[in-house]
Amino acid sequence: MFGAGGGTSSYQEVEEADFVLLWGSNAREAHPIYFHHVLKGLKSGAKMHAVDPRRTASARFADAWLGINVGTDIALANAVAREIIAADLHDRKFIDHSTSGFEEFAAHVQTYTLEYASSVTGVPADAIQELAHSYANASMAQILWTLGITEHHNGVDNVLSLCNLALLTGHVGRWGSGLVPLRGQNNVQGGGDMGALPNKLPGFQDVTDNSARQRFSDAYGVELNPQPGLHLTLMFEAMATGTLKGLYVIGENPADSEADVSHTRKLLTDLELLVVQDIFLTRTAELADVVLPATVGWAESEGTVTSSERRVQRVRAAVEAPAGTRDDHTIIGEVAQLLGASWPADTPEALWDELRSLSPMHSGMSYERLEDNNGLQWPCPDLDHPGTPFLHGWLWEDDLGGKERAPFSLVNHEGPKEQLSDEFPIRLTTGRALDSYNTGVQSRGYPSPIRSGDQLEISHLDAASLNLAQGELVRVSSPRGSVEIEVDIKTDQAAGLAFTTFHFPELIDLNLLTNDEWDPKSGTAEFKAAAIRIDKLTSGERYV
Amino acid sequence: MSELQPTEIAISINGTTVSVDAGTTILEAARSAGVEIPTLCWASNLTPVNACRLCVVEMEGSRNLVPACSRECEQGSIIHTESERVALNRKMILEFLDTTNDLSESTELQEFIVRYEADSSRYTEPSQMKDATKIEDDLFVRAYDRCVLCYKCVEACGDDAQFTFAISMAGRGFDTRVSTEFDTPLPESACVYCGNCVGVCPTNALQFKKEFDLRQAAQWEPERQKTTETICSYCGVGCTLELHTQDNEIYKVTSPADHSVTAGHLCVKGRFGWQYVQPPTRRPSSPDMSS
Repeated sequence: MFGAGGGTSSYQEVEEADFVLLWGSNAREAHPIYFHHVLKGLKSGAKMHAVDPRRTASARFADAWLGINVGTDIALANAVAREIIAADLHDRKFIDHSTSGFEEFAAHVQTYTLEYASSVTGVPADAIQELAHSYANASMAQILWTLGITEHHNGVDNVLSLCNLALLTGHVGRWGSGLVPLRGQNNVQGGGDMGALPNKLPGFQDVTDNSARQRFSDAYGVELNPQPGLHLTLMFEAMATGTLKGLYVIGENPADSEADVSHTRKLLTDLELLVVQDIFLTRTAELADVVLPATVGWAESEGTVTSSERRVQRVRAAVEAPAGTRDDHTIIGEVAQLLGASWPADTPEALWDELRSLSPMHSGMSYERLEDNNGLQWPCPDLDHPGTPFLHGWLWEDDLGGKERAPFSLVNHEGPKEQLSDEFPIRLTTGRALDSYNTGVQSRGYPSPIRSGDQLEISHLDAASLNLAQGELVRVSSPRGSVEIEVDIKTDQAAGLAFTTFHFPELIDLNLLTNDEWDPKSGTAEFKAAAIRIDKLTSGERYV
Repeated sequence: MSELQPTEIAISINGTTVSVDAGTTILEAARSAGVEIPTLCWASNLTPVNACRLCVVEMEGSRNLVPACSRECEQGSIIHTESERVALNRKMILEFLDTTNDLSESTELQEFIVRYEADSSRYTEPSQMKDATKIEDDLFVRAYDRCVLCYKCVEACGDDAQFTFAISMAGRGFDTRVSTEFDTPLPESACVYCGNCVGVCPTNALQFKKEFDLRQAAQWEPERQKTTETICSYCGVGCTLELHTQDNEIYKVTSPADHSVTAGHLCVKGRFGWQYVQPPTRRPSSPDMSS
């Protein structure tokens, strides 16, 4: 936020905060050990409000659950902002000193009255008001979110609407108050840190920054392209137009995980060259021209990963990898050599030290220090630096040090791209189950006793009107495809809302249904909001 | 500012004066002075429940022995951690446990038994827990004939970590057991299989299935085992895992209790989701040129 791609706070801070706002996150199931920190905070007396269309396992621990309509987050956030300003609960001193654009923002949110927001979001006006007052009056408050915020066609705007709340109240840049996007995948933070973004070099340095790029060019011994690359979604668009002809996929399974997946599979099949580097022969690997078998990063090789609190940590080999597999960095290094680069066959530590010489925020993180400290949080610019538990402390300095003040963002409610209709009257949203993970490539390897498979969770009200019994197999269709799936009838789920996990694509291809409308600012698809229809398979035959 | 400064307290432990902050327990004070006090139901990541009484020490002026794990230091206290009375007390606690339970797989208790010369053979016809081992899934087993009712699993399942509350003490007197609601089989109970109960069990009453299988097959070979610290491969929280391996296979996963991210606790994926790393899932491979 405000220029740095990482959560602002340490996990420990949520234990000490007195207000926790969990928004679009079922951390109890998707980030269980982070949720332990939340629970410590609740045990110490913190209050928690949970904003989620479903009364999730996480929301059950909340003092208030705000059962929002899917995709109406900005309407809610703007109404919270308006109420904070109307009740004069905003931190004027902080706003004047550290932010910009407040007057425009205050005018912008004027139309987001409690009544309007309530009608759009489905959240009662007094619950919105209570949230606004509790958040603003807290001495330390954390906003936590995950994919319920980001997997929308306007995910970046959703995030900005939450950042506005922190700027309004000064709940950022100090111990206990912050903005925490929980990373869904191991080392997705580290991937970004290392420059696996289309417009960034390692350490979030811009590709377009000539002097930064020159240092990397000198170190790597090759001239680097100054043009930003394509993010995942634009790559698929470029495949569709035929401008992208070859793809090298490392540790991803887009043939199962992408929204509107049948379209994705066609694009992958039509490529001139598809190379997949993975530990398994995934569905994507099955489509590949070349498969490069890799070792398991966290158990068979050495290196580092970065967590959601920006903590760089060591991974180590515990078991020998199967014959014929190689470490990811070895494979990439050898491919580079075949392409003509004279990269030495470096150890992971030597590669890390090279990174430290190029990325100032990692410079102080020697392997020795990472071992001694159980990891270090970036930025950590030199060997005497203790690492940074929370970001943006500068916002509270008397002298902002020449930094630009943090801007408010003017964002508007739009709602999901795919509108409900008579043909597709039910809103489908997706998420994770506690014991499973994404397309199941890893998690289906162990015999979980609590695994129920992918089921379509629907309201008992919809079940009654569709004449469906618990466990009944139904056909679910969206404008893109249809699947057969069992229903799981919930008495605490809103009518018109359906939910499913997507962990067993070999059994039920749920991403045939999901929408690939995507956010032009992030490239993330709107997995969280498709319009569907539920059809009884053989009426009258499946009563149980 | 003065109210934020902790008050220093001076106590005497085995004749040595120790200065500690107010609120420090006798156990913490003793350890800071290099004095080891045996514990069983205490753990650094759990709230003391005072169940086992193994850590009791003599405090001059107190009629009863006091539990070091939970008793806070008081100014001027004179503590004896290994007096004759204390040693006799520990010896008898260990003898009672050893007559009742199978403690053979608890290295720590075996050490205490030697240290305090506990001799369970001097008790004739003792009552013993003879519970059959409960094997209800492929992740862990419950051998309650080894259970000393220390409460650690109950605490970890409850509000010291997991907040699932799947297990509690049930029954009375000698029939007291750790139990799910109505003794429901674990897969049908509230259990979410985080394994945090197994992680804190001091007697191997709760045991990972892979370890259990190795022991049953007489293939348990401690000298061929090692532990490697790494980071979990699932979500982005970054939990430190200790991979316990024998030869080239993982047999259990734990997390260090003193780590700020996990406090020693994991979820079902981190604790059990490693099986894809090894056979039969993983097989030797070579670059595949399909076209």
